[in-house]
Amino acid sequence: MYDKQVRRRRAILAILVAVSLILLTAYFGESPSSPLHTVQRGIVEVLSPIQEGASKALKPVRDIAGWFSDTFSAKSQRDQLKKEVQTLRTQLDHAQAALIQNAQLSKLVGLDNSLGIASFQPVTAQVISRDPTLWYATIEVDKGSDDGVRLNDPVVGDGGLVGKISTVMPTAAIVTLITEHSFAVSATVQDSLGDQGVLLPEVGNPNQLLLQNLPRRAPVQTGQQVVTSGFKSGSLDSLYPAGIPIGQVADSNVQDDLLNNQQVKVNPVADLRHLDVVQILTAPHGGSRRAQVP
Amino acid sequence: MNETLRLPLRLAILAFATVVLQQAAVAQVSIFGVSADITPLVVMSVGLLAGSLAGAIMGFFTGLLVDLILVQTLGVTSLLYIVIGYWCGRLRELRDPSHGLVPLAMGAAATAVAGIGLAIIQFLLGVDAPVSFLLAQQIFMTILVNTLIALPVYALVRRIIRPALPDDPRRRRRRAYTTGGLSPLESRSQRLGQIPRSSR
Repeated sequence: MYDKQVRRRRAILAILVAVSLILLTAYFGESPSSPLHTVQRGIVEVLSPIQEGASKALKPVRDIAGWFSDTFSAKSQRDQLKKEVQTLRTQLDHAQAALIQNAQLSKLVGLDNSLGIASFQPVTAQVISRDPTLWYATIEVDKGSDDGVRLNDPVVGDGGLVGKISTVMPTAAIVTLITEHSFAVSATVQDSLGDQGVLLPEVGNPNQLLLQNLPRRAPVQTGQQVVTSGFKSGSLDSLYPAGIPIGQVADSNVQDDLLNNQQVKVNPVADLRHLDVVQILTAPHGGSRRAQVP
Repeated sequence: MNETLRLPLRLAILAFATVVLQQAAVAQVSIFGVSADITPLVVMSVGLLAGSLAGAIMGFFTGLLVDLILVQTLGVTSLLYIVIGYWCGRLRELRDPSHGLVPLAMGAAATAVAGIGLAIIQFLLGVDAPVSFLLAQQIFMTILVNTLIALPVYALVRRIIRPALPDDPRRRRRRAYTTGGLSPLESRSQRLGQIPRSSR
C-alpha cells in the first residue's frame, strides 16, 4: 500500500515536471503567432476584466500600503526636493527667457515646434497589472485593438516615454517598458549640438538607461534632458515621434580617449514602478510607414 | 459537497485568488524598493499543510497561471513552484516540523528558490544580463520582505484549507498529549503517573 502511494506520488511529480519542460521548450522555440502564444493571449483576454475589476477594488488597499511606504522616504525626499527647487527656480528664469525667444524665432521660420501630444491621437489607458520581476519589465493596460491600439505604438506617461506596445488584444495590451533588456530607442541629448545616440537599458541595472554611440567629444553634462530623436530615413520613420522626454543625464564622465564614441548614464523621467495611467500614441506619424528600427 | 473535491476546489480558488491579488495589488506596492511576492509563500504553505503531492500540483498550476497572466515563457515559474511545493510537502511528511517559526524559514527558502531559480533559468534562456550587485540586492530584499509576511500568509492559507484537510497530525498529537492519550479508558494520571512540578 505504502509502495503504491510512493510510486503514485513520484509518477505525478514526474508528469508535472515533464509537462513544465515541454511547455517551456515548445513556447521558447515558437513564433509569437504559434498556438501556445495564441492560447496565452486568449487567456489573458479572458482574465483581463477580472484583473481590471480587482485592480479597481484593491486600489484603496494599494493606496494605504503605498502611503506607509511613501511616508518612510518622504523626509529625505523633502530635503532633496528643497535643493532641487532652488536650482530649478534659477533654471526657470533662464528657460522662460529662452521660451520667449524660441517662440519668436519659431514664428519667423514658420515652424510649429510644440510637441503636441494631442496630434498623435493619444488613448488614455489604466495600468491593470504589472510584472514584479526584474526580467520582463512589462505592464498590462486596459485598452486594446478595439480602441485603436496597434503593435509598437509608443506609450508615454508621468512626463516621459514609458515604452511601446508589444502585445495587443481586443480590450487589453501589454506594454514593454524602456527598461526591458531588449528595448532600444534613438535619442537626442539637448546639449549645445543636439548630439544623437542609441538609448538602451544598462545591462544588469534595469532602473537606469545608457545612451551609447554619442560623438566622442559631445559636450554632454549632468542634468541635460534626453528626448526621442524621431529618426527618419526616406519614407521610413522611427517608432517614436521626436521630442518626447525620456530622461536626464545622470553621469557625464568623459570616456576613455581611446574610444571612438562615448556613452552616458540616463535616469528615466517616468517613475516606471508607480504608473497608474499612461497614454498610447496611436498615430505617432500621421499614417506614414513605420520602420522596424528603434 | 463531495469530500474528495473539497480540497482541490479550495486549492484552485486559492491559486487563482493569489495570482490576481499578487498582480492587482501586492506587486504594485513597493517596500524597501522591492515588491513582495506572495505566490511562492502560498505554494510553500500548501506544501507544509497538505503534503508533497498537493504542494507540487498547487505549485504547477499557480506557476502556470503566473506565466499565463504575465505573458511570460510558459513552464518557467511552474517548474520552480513544483520544486517549492514538493519539498515543503516532503519536509512535512518526513520531519513533521512543529515549531511555529518553520513557515518563516521555509518562506525565506521558497522565495530564495524562486528568485535565484528564475535568474538561473533566464540566464540559460539567453537573457542578456550579468550577475550584478543590483540583482543580488533585489533578490535579497525580496527574500527579506517575503520572510516578514510569511507567517501571516501561512496562517491565512491554513485557515482557508484546514477545514478541507483530512486531519492535522500536529493537532492530533497535541490533543493526545494534553488529554492523556487517545484512549478514553485510561486516565492521564494512570498513564503518566505524578507529573513533577519542575517539569510543568
